[in-house]
Amino acid sequence: MTDPSYVTDALIAEDIEAYLELHQNKTLLRFLTCGSVDDGKSTLIGRLLYDSKMIFEDQLAALEADSKKVGTRGQEIDFALLVDGLAAEREQGITIDVAYRFFATEKRKFIVADTPGHEQYTRNMVTGASTADLAVILIDARKGILPQTRRHSYIAHLLGIRHIVLAVNKMDLVEYDRELFENIVDDYKDFATGIGIEEFTAIPISGVFGDNITDAPSANTQWYEGPSLIHHLETVEIANTAAQARSFRLPVQWVNRPNLDFRGFAGLIASGEIAPGQQVRIVPSGKTSTVKAIVTMDGELEHAVAGQSVTLTLEDEVDCSRGDVIAIADDPPQVADQFEATLVWMSEEALIPGRGYWLKLATQTVTATVAEPKYEINVNDPSGLGSHLAVKSFDLNSIGVAEITTDRPITFERYEDSRQLGGFILVDKITNATVAAGMIHFSLRRAQNVHWQALEVGREQHAAIKGQKPAVLWFTGLSGSGKSTIANLVEKKLHALGKHSFLLDGDNIRHGLNKDLGFTEADRIENIRRVGEVAKLMADAGLIVLTAFISPFRAEREMVRAMLAQGEFIEIFVDTPLNVAEARDVKGLYKKARAGELKNFTGIDSPYEAPEAAEIRIDTTQTTPEDAADLIVERLVGIWTPDL
Amino acid sequence: MQQLTHLDRLEAESIHIMREVVAEAQRPVILYSIGKDSAVMLHLARKAFFPSPPPFPLLHVDTTWKFKDMYALRDKMARESGMELLVYQNPEAKERGINPFDHGPLHTDMWKTEGLKQALDKYGFDAAFGGARRDEEKSRAKERIFSFRNAAHGWDPKNQRPELWNLYNARKNKGESIRVFPISNWTELDIWQYIMKEGIEIVPLYMAAPRPTVERDGLILMVDDDRFPLKPGEKPVMRSVRFRTLGCYPLSGAVESEAATLPEVVQEMLLTTTSERQGRIIDRDAGDASMEKKKQEGYF
Repeated sequence: MTDPSYVTDALIAEDIEAYLELHQNKTLLRFLTCGSVDDGKSTLIGRLLYDSKMIFEDQLAALEADSKKVGTRGQEIDFALLVDGLAAEREQGITIDVAYRFFATEKRKFIVADTPGHEQYTRNMVTGASTADLAVILIDARKGILPQTRRHSYIAHLLGIRHIVLAVNKMDLVEYDRELFENIVDDYKDFATGIGIEEFTAIPISGVFGDNITDAPSANTQWYEGPSLIHHLETVEIANTAAQARSFRLPVQWVNRPNLDFRGFAGLIASGEIAPGQQVRIVPSGKTSTVKAIVTMDGELEHAVAGQSVTLTLEDEVDCSRGDVIAIADDPPQVADQFEATLVWMSEEALIPGRGYWLKLATQTVTATVAEPKYEINVNDPSGLGSHLAVKSFDLNSIGVAEITTDRPITFERYEDSRQLGGFILVDKITNATVAAGMIHFSLRRAQNVHWQALEVGREQHAAIKGQKPAVLWFTGLSGSGKSTIANLVEKKLHALGKHSFLLDGDNIRHGLNKDLGFTEADRIENIRRVGEVAKLMADAGLIVLTAFISPFRAEREMVRAMLAQGEFIEIFVDTPLNVAEARDVKGLYKKARAGELKNFTGIDSPYEAPEAAEIRIDTTQTTPEDAADLIVERLVGIWTPDL
Repeated sequence: MQQLTHLDRLEAESIHIMREVVAEAQRPVILYSIGKDSAVMLHLARKAFFPSPPPFPLLHVDTTWKFKDMYALRDKMARESGMELLVYQNPEAKERGINPFDHGPLHTDMWKTEGLKQALDKYGFDAAFGGARRDEEKSRAKERIFSFRNAAHGWDPKNQRPELWNLYNARKNKGESIRVFPISNWTELDIWQYIMKEGIEIVPLYMAAPRPTVERDGLILMVDDDRFPLKPGEKPVMRSVRFRTLGCYPLSGAVESEAATLPEVVQEMLLTTTSERQGRIIDRDAGDASMEKKKQEGYF
């Protein structure tokens, strides 16, 4: 064995300038380590840091003291203590979250995503895998391939990691047995081929003693013919470099306008390369132009490649803003609003099919709904790994396939072609939590060559001919609160003022358009979604739409709000306490619900989420329906026709 | 094929992060502490938005106890970058005359932790760029690039949003604000190399020079002005020293060194293997998990 240090002390001491020159030209590889709880992952990473001198003297002193105090290795240095960061997990002796580590060799800088082994933390592994070029899957040589090994391999492959290293650790505890190593590799090969992993590199190592970490073969494994772990990490191809070979795409982050003469489009190049003079197409508008310059603080660039953050200027004054993608003109990406995708659910709150979530893909943010899952992928039961399970929803850490619909077309690529334009997150609209990660397979409705046409007779023309501004008056409240009564009065008053309106309520919707829907949570959401879509079409036609539905969930009301133009959605909270509504019980429904004859009845066994900031609130215990209707019309007139 | 170096890719990532914040936050600010990490962050901001000046102000949460050289560079950089400089000093700390000699940990707590909270609240900043790096300290290794703080500016390490690909969820709940760490993935060596490559101006205290010093509790402290209370018989001694990290001068330990140029500083750093925070008293306060605790309380 040679010096385990990856840093050449001699060069540093003799010629620091030469050393720095060498180190300025390193490349960067991001990789992920995963393994079960006791596979020695933290020890391995600790050793990589230690050997590459990324641990400094005082940390080392603290480490030695810690090793004696809480370490699991007696008087020896416990490398694992270097990387188990948070106080809580140090007490438990396990890592619980994804952590990032750094080390460097002569050739490369490495960013290591260190992710925990237990199954409830799938989401952390997915997070770490999303940016990794390579995955190191650790196996305890004594235990062989465990369900965790399969799960981690499956997830790494799913997230598009093309380089898999099978690190068979703790070889020192099995007397560096060649046959045992080869049996493990054969087992793994059978499994890997079965899930579509075409190749992997298997290395026998000892994290504690350093075998085959920096140099191979180690004295104990003379039979091993492959590379050392470090050598492999230093030479494997970097995904970012591979992305340069594909067509040029720049998702626009920000438009730079310091003055009227300069308009620059800033973003990180997702793939390909670009030079001034090349023809580009703005997607989705389809407009074309020519790259004028690649502007930087250090002067203009002759060309730029995937992985660089740039600012482009164009020859023509074309519309282009955040969310658009600048692409090479002859091979632009697709545009669509319906996809099949794999989702990894990351929230304690299960997926609600039909509910609107924010979807963020590259620099685009839209509202998206997820249909009932096609299936969940079994990543837990080792006997049927990868098999499909029928489910109604996704729970925390489930992985599955579903159709996704967005409220407007987005520019995308298949995830396998581009992580940047094929990977997305879903965000809960109320809690703002990131609830899922998604990977696009393909679009379901091809809109590749259909650019969104502005109709010649548009919503403004429709409204103008009626002499009004469209609006959606969304009445929400408990059953029996008085929504329909007030909405009817409002419509009469609007009619008297010569306004064109239409009232959507349970009678004309539930009996026709939505007669296939029941009262489960999912059906109620779909009911509201359809009502929202119809209201939107009617608003596009220039009408003032009134809707009278309980619409108990805040998220759905916000979904409809997001569908409509700014200021068009007017939420009217018909606020009647439950006991008052129940006492009225016009249709006898509360009685039935209390008797258990009606299930999922709002206020009884299904929640009502009151609006937090409704445009108008009517307290029906204080206001008569007639007064309420006057108030609403007055407010409306103020909102949409100030000159009336 | 053009091979991007690790510095190229780190730079691109940091610029991407800063542009995302500007596109999605209402009122961003850069927390400028005048150290080398701040210097790199400011340089990256200027590159990200060129030819515009960075579209946010510089905020210096001042303790009144920084080195004179730091104040000088701060004012110079504000002029050069064309950015607005906001200096905030906690009025209560000022009134009570809180200082590092008499008040120990209270000094950091009032001037820095409380001062920062007050400043963010006063100006209503909803996203603040900070120069923390994941290699600095163990609890930082797990912190997200977009790190959320509740209305009381506390950090909940158990409840962090997953960050996938280069997609950042910048949506805030009421009262929340975001700390954004664009140089999370840089190491100390990356910072030095980038400073050299880009010719970024840093405070001269990072380079060795003869300076008036005294030795206290095993730390070499610089006597930067006459507020430094000398003990009976204590006399400042000229030593050739430099600083690995810069904060309040009475709390920043110097190392004896002859490294007067940047390459020499890096050379010494690589050969002497003493980590960066060794010269900073703040981490020693509460034992091992002190930084994590401070962060939960709202320290940056």
